This record gives sequence, structure tokens and C-alpha cells, in this order.
Amino acid sequence: MTEFLLLFRREAAANSIQPSPEQMQAMTKQWQDWIGGIAAQNKLVSTGKRMDFEGKVVRPNKTITNGPYVEVKEVLNGMLFIKAVDMDEALEIAKGCPILQVGGNVEVRPLIG
Amino acid sequence: MNNRELIPHLFRTEYRKIVSVLCKHFGADKIEIAEDIASDTFLTAAESWGQSQIPPNPIAWLYSVAKNKAKSYMQRDTLFENKISKEILKSSDTKSELDLSPENITDSQLQMMFAICHPSISTEAQIGLSLRILCGFGIDEIADAFLSNKETINKRLFRAKEKLREEKVKIEVPVASDINERLETVLTTIYLLFNEGYYSESQNSILRKDMCLEAMRLCYMLIENNDTNQPSVNALLSLMCFHASRFEARINEKGEPVLYQEQDVTLWDTELIRKGEYFLTNAAKGPTLSKYHVEAAIAYWHTHKADTKEKWENILQLYNALLQIEYSPIAALNRTYALSKANSKKEAIIEAENLQLTDNHYYYSLLGELYTGIDYSKAKDNYQKALALTKKSTEKQLIEGKMERLRDISNSSID
Repeated sequence: MTEFLLLFRREAAANSIQPSPEQMQAMTKQWQDWIGGIAAQNKLVSTGKRMDFEGKVVRPNKTITNGPYVEVKEVLNGMLFIKAVDMDEALEIAKGCPILQVGGNVEVRPLIG
Repeated sequence: MNNRELIPHLFRTEYRKIVSVLCKHFGADKIEIAEDIASDTFLTAAESWGQSQIPPNPIAWLYSVAKNKAKSYMQRDTLFENKISKEILKSSDTKSELDLSPENITDSQLQMMFAICHPSISTEAQIGLSLRILCGFGIDEIADAFLSNKETINKRLFRAKEKLREEKVKIEVPVASDINERLETVLTTIYLLFNEGYYSESQNSILRKDMCLEAMRLCYMLIENNDTNQPSVNALLSLMCFHASRFEARINEKGEPVLYQEQDVTLWDTELIRKGEYFLTNAAKGPTLSKYHVEAAIAYWHTHKADTKEKWENILQLYNALLQIEYSPIAALNRTYALSKANSKKEAIIEAENLQLTDNHYYYSLLGELYTGIDYSKAKDNYQKALALTKKSTEKQLIEGKMERLRDISNSSID
């Protein structure tokens, strides 16, 4: 088994979407069902700590901007540590990620050492 | 209570108290001496009460005999040690009379619980020692519960006591900074003790129920003490109350297990369900969410018999949370069953096939159940695989029952 880091990104513009409480509840369920399914296969390593939505970015000229999504198209939305036999299996797991349904993507990175 | 039942009853309630107090008095390295003195006290009672009559206060009688036996042991011990080592001032020699006050009995039992559930002792030995020392079970009864024999159990207990000596385990409640970590081992042992009774294959259903009640009693002792009255302890007791509420309904007159779906709800113990709710509310204090909290919440939803969408959605999310705290194959399987109820059978089949718990008969039972009404031959295949994997006769009966229903369903759909 190798450990993999899954990074979820989606378009920054999606922040402007205001889902209803019911839609948000449904989104929460999709994520929990997906993560629960990974955990049920004993392939969840850690959900890590939750990232705050707000943050700051330090630029090369040492200026600081509010939030990573001012000039970038995509925003880092969350992460998950899993274990899988190989990259193919990790990708198969990533295909179930709810972020794909809102136009986002999942980056799969093997962890070394 | 008639006289024939008096000594077994007193043995169950008093042996553990006398042993705990003696152990605390002499130290954990003399645990066997404590057991000998306690056993000898009951032997004396059996002879004396048989020859004359039962004293008006049998418990006080037992305590005073235990005190005398302890005193004469200490005198002999002092004499012996003086001759051999010339060390006059041994700590145990100078101790005064055995203190069998209610406070010291409670304290000693609590401290004994922490000594027995010491991380250095194997889990199996912890359960055995707990049954013997904390619950006053006979060696025969322990052997029966483990479907083992007296020799094996005696060896296991002997090794555990050796370990207590080697590790120089102290009979005390850990200091505040260590208490949560040590408490975790104690809770694990109590929960295993409960499960041993709840899921045991032993035909002796009274014994099994006693084991469950003893586990609950030990947990309640932790709740009664301020230092150990933690949210996770309340959560565990809540969980055990909910499970125990179905004790009468889950086994029929022939001693065969009855599936949850087929249980007679009027046999559920509403008093225990109410207690479970009370301790679950108490468990909600503080920031910790232990696996016992989640399991108690799942058990709470199972006290609602009706198959509502709300019930299964809650159970699914609780299993999702439980698996993120700690993986276990049974939680994975139960989660998948909840998924079939909350979402759909189709979704659950895909996730079930991913589990690949191919050495687990519950895995194939679950697949059989999920395919029932969807694919007859796949359902049958999976049930047959489940049958081939289990040796327990009660489990075989349950699977055969499910196969019968599968045939009924497929026949009725042909008509």
C-alpha cells in the first residue's frame, strides 16, 4: 500500500454560488458518504485538518494579498490522505469525489517515504 | 432467597470486594494470597453454616472471618520473613486491621480495575482477570463463557498475575494527568467483557446476561467516582444499556438468535432504553467525541424499530463518522447495509464489492441480502459462500433462514 494525497480544487468563481441550506446538506452528505466509503475499505489515512476558506498569499515582491483566489482561476478546497495499492486504484477512488460534480478536479500525488 | 442460593449469591457479590480490599492491603504481588484468603473465607462459611446455622448477618460474618484470616496470615508472614531476612519493618507487616468499610471497598474495587486493566497485560488476560477478580466468576463459568476448559483458563490467569508482579503494577487510581489514557484501556476491557457476554456462543444464557450486567456495573462504578466520571464512560454505559435492552428479544425460548427485524418490540426493556438516553445526554458534555459516543448514537437509533428514511440516514452518517475514528470490518459492513437503506441497494452493492472482506462470512451474508430481489443467483451464491465460511451452528441457522426467504421471494415473483 502506498499513501496518496488527494487535493481538491475548483473554480474560484464557484464561491459566488449561494446554495440553499438543503443543497448544502446534500453536499455534506455526498462528501461524508464518499469519505465513509473510503474508510469502509480501510483506505482512509486521515482527513487532515479542515482549511479555513479565507487566507493570505505572499507574493515574490513580499506583498500580501487577501485570499488565494483574487487572481487565480482555481482555488484549493481541501485535501485527504488515503492509501491504495497503486496509482490506478488511487485514481479510481478519486473518481468518486463530489468536487467533480461541481466542475472541480482532484490532483492525486503519491507520498514518498 | 432460599439457603441453597445464598452462598453462590454472596460469592458473586462479596468475593470480589474481599479480594480487592485484600489486594490493596497486601499489594498486587500478593494477588494469589488475597484470592486464597477470600476463597478460604467462603469455604469456612460453607462448612460452618452447614454444620450449625446461617448467621443473622452473613455478610458481616464473612468480613469478620476474612479479617481474622488476613490477620493470621500477616502474623505468619512476619514470622517467616523475620526468620529468613531479618527485615522487621516490611510495609505490609505493620499495617493495621483489614479495612472493610463501604468506602474502602468501593475505592479498592476501582483501584483494582485500573491494576487489572494495565496496558502491559494482554487483553485476553485482562478480561479473564476481570471476570475472576472484579466480577467473582468461577473458573468453570469463565471456561464456559470462552468455550474453553479450566486448565487453559487457569494458565491464562496465572500468567496474567505473574505479569502484574513483574511489572510491579500498583493498586491505585492513576493521577489526573494519566487518567484519560489509562481509562481508555479500562473502557476497552469493559466493552469486550460486555461483548463476550452479548455475542458468546455459550448456551448458558443466564451466564451471558450476567457478564453483560457485570460489565455495566463496572462502568457504573466509574461513573460514581468524580475522577473517572468522564463523557466517554457515560457514552459506553449508554451504549451497553441500549444493547442490553434487547436481551430478552434477541434470543428465543430455544436459545436461538432472533434477527433484529424479527424481534418482538414488546420484549425490549424500555427502562434500559430510558437509562441509555439519560447517560447519552450526560455523555454530551465536553468537547470529546469518542467511538463510544458514535456507537451509542447508532444504538439509540436502533431503539426505533420503524424503518424510516431519517433513521437510516442518521445511522449511515454515524457509521461514516465511526469509520473515520476507527476502522473495523463489522463497522464497514454495517455502514454498507445502512447505505442500502438510506441511499439505494444498487449503490450499496458497488461499495460492498469494494470491501473485499473475502474471509468474513458476514461479508457474503450482506451481499446475499443486497442481491435479494435484484439478482437471485448472485444472492444464492453469496449465501452459500457465507455458509461455507461459518462453523457456528447459530450463524448457519440464520443464513439458512435468509436463503429460505430468498426462495420464497423468487417463487412469488414467478407467480
